[in-house]
Amino acid sequence: MAVLKSRTDSEPAGDLTSPAGSARRRPRPGALPFRARLRRDWQLLAMTLPAAGLVLVFHYVPTLGNVIAFQDYTPYDGVAGSPWVGLYNFQWLFSDPEFWQALRNTVTITTFQLVFYFPVPIALAILLDSVLSRKLRLFIQGIVYMPHFFSWVLVVSLFQQILGGAGLLAQTLRQHGHEPWDIMTNPDAFLVLVTAESVWKDAGWGTIIFLAALAAINQNLYEASAVDGASRWRRMWHITLPGLRPVILLLLILRLGDALNVGFEQFFLQRDAVGAHAAEVLDTFVYWRTLMTGAWSYGAAAGLFKGLVGLILIVIANKVAHRFGEQGIYKRS
Amino acid sequence: MSTRPTWQERPTLFGLTIKGFLLTLIVLCMIYPIYVVILTSVSTAQAVTEAGGLVTRPSGLSLDAYRELFGGGVVTRAVLVSTGVTVVGTAVSLGLTILAAYGLSRTNSLFHRPLLFLFLLTFLFTPGMIPSYLLVRELGLIDSYWSLILPSAISAFNLVVMRAFFMNIPGEVIDSARIDGAGDFRILGRIVLPMSKGVTAVIGLFYAVGYWNAFFNAVLYINDNAKWPLQLILRQYVQQGMNLVPNTRTYDTATGALPPNLAIKMAIVVVALVPVLIIYPFVQKHFTKGVIIGAVKG
Repeated sequence: MAVLKSRTDSEPAGDLTSPAGSARRRPRPGALPFRARLRRDWQLLAMTLPAAGLVLVFHYVPTLGNVIAFQDYTPYDGVAGSPWVGLYNFQWLFSDPEFWQALRNTVTITTFQLVFYFPVPIALAILLDSVLSRKLRLFIQGIVYMPHFFSWVLVVSLFQQILGGAGLLAQTLRQHGHEPWDIMTNPDAFLVLVTAESVWKDAGWGTIIFLAALAAINQNLYEASAVDGASRWRRMWHITLPGLRPVILLLLILRLGDALNVGFEQFFLQRDAVGAHAAEVLDTFVYWRTLMTGAWSYGAAAGLFKGLVGLILIVIANKVAHRFGEQGIYKRS
Repeated sequence: MSTRPTWQERPTLFGLTIKGFLLTLIVLCMIYPIYVVILTSVSTAQAVTEAGGLVTRPSGLSLDAYRELFGGGVVTRAVLVSTGVTVVGTAVSLGLTILAAYGLSRTNSLFHRPLLFLFLLTFLFTPGMIPSYLLVRELGLIDSYWSLILPSAISAFNLVVMRAFFMNIPGEVIDSARIDGAGDFRILGRIVLPMSKGVTAVIGLFYAVGYWNAFFNAVLYINDNAKWPLQLILRQYVQQGMNLVPNTRTYDTATGALPPNLAIKMAIVVVALVPVLIIYPFVQKHFTKGVIIGAVKG
C-alpha cells in the first residue's frame, strides 16, 4: 500500500504554498528503488510506448534524416553511402533567385495576414460577446466555427465556385451586362484572396480563446465604470481590451514563432492558377523543386533552413513572452 | 435569454441595426455558398442551364448526380478509401493518444519526464517534407494506406489536451480503485474514460476530421490514382475542373437526361462536406472546454 500512496501523494496539487500542503510528508520520486517503480508503473509505460514509438519513428528519425542536406544524397547510396558535400547545398540555395522569391512571398503573406487576419477574431469575439441572447449566440458560434473543419481543397473549391471566372459572382455580373473579373487567377489580388479564405475558414474558430478571455473579465469592473459614467466605447477601451491583452500578446508571439508556416495546402492548390511568382511559398518551393526533380539534398537543405529559422523564431518569441511576463509555449526553466 | 444588467444603458436603435446587419452578413457568408452548392447538386440539367451555372433558387430537383457518383466508379471508390482511412486512422490515433495521455498523467511515474519531453519537443520543430517522404519510401509505405495514417497518427497537441484533462481527475478516485485491486488498464477503461466522454469526443472529432480532410499526405505518398482518397478526387474534378462524365456520353437514352457536370461536381463537394456537417453538431458543445484546456496547459 505504501507503493500506492507514494504515486498520488506527490502529485503537485497546486497547494504547495498552503501550510497543509507542505506539512504533509511527500516521498521524493527517487525514494523507491527502480525495480519497485517498474513493478508499480509498468502498465503506464506499456500504455505510453506505442505512441512514443510512432513519434520516434515518424518525427525524430526524419529529423535526423535532415543530415542529407549536407550530402549529395541518392536513394541508391542511402544516407550511409552518399558523399558529404559540406554546405554546398546551402550555397546553391542562397544563390537561387526562386528560393528568395519564395521566402519573400512567405514573409509578405505572413505580414499581410498579421495585419488583416489577426484582428478579425478579436473583433468578432467582442461582437459575439455583446449578443445578449445565449441561444442566438450559440447558434452563431456553431456556424462560424464550422468552416474550420473543412479541408483546404473544399474551401478553395467553394471560393472558386463563388468568386472564380465561372463562378456565381461572375455569372451574376454577366447576366446584368457587366464585365466579370476573375479573382482566383489574378496574381495581384492573391494576397487579398488567401487572406479572405483564411478569414472565412478560421476566424470564427479563432474567437474561442478570446471569448473565454472575455468571459473571465470581472463584470464588476464594467458595472463600476458604468456607474461612474463611462460610455460603452470607453468601457471597451479601458476594460475589455486590457482584459484581452495577455491573450492577444500570447497569440501574437506564437504567430511570430510560426512566421514561416503560412500553411501548405492553400498555396499548393492555388499555385497553378495564379502562377509561382505570387503563390510560391517555402513549402511549395521544396515540393516542386525536389519531388519533381529528385534533388533530395537540395530540398532537404531548404526544409532545414526553414526549420532552423522557425526554431530560432520560437526561441525569440518565448524570450519576448517571458519579458512581457507571459508564459509562452515553454516555461522559463 | 439572459437579461441585460441594470447598469447597462439601453442599446440605440442604430446600434442594434448595425449589429444585426453585421451578424446576419457573417452568418450568410458562411451558409450561402454551402446552400448554393447543395442546391446545384440536386438540380436537374434544365435548372442548371436556366440558371446559367450555379443554381440559387430551387426549380427542378433530381438526385441523378448522386446516382452517377455512387453507381460505382472513381468517386464511390474514393469515398470508400476515405471512410476506411478515417475509421481505422481515428481508432488508431484516438486509442494510442488516450493510452499515452493516461500513461503520462501521473507525474511521479517511471520515465515520466523523458517520455513527456519526447512528445513536447515535437512542438518546436517539424522534420521537413523531404526526409519524411524518404522515410516513408524506405519503409515501403508508398501507395499503402498506412502512409496516410502512421506518419500523422499522434498529435502532441491532442495528447497534451487529453493528459491535462486526465490530470484533473481527483487522485482519490484512482487511488480507491487501486486499493480495490484494479490495474491501470482497468482504471483507464472503467473509471477514467467514462468520466472523459466530452474530451474524447472532441479529440476524436479532431482526428477524424484530420483524416477525412487529409490531402497532402496523399499527394506525397499515393501515386496510384486508383487509391486516391476523396480530397484528391475533389481537387481533380472540382478545383481543376476535369469532367467526371465525358461530354460525349449520353447518360440515359430513354429520357435523354444527362446529369449536368456542374451538378456532379457540386455533388462531389457535398459528399466531402456532409460527414463533417453530420458529426459536427454532436461534438460542438464540448469545444470550448477542450480547446481552452489545451490553450492554457499546452
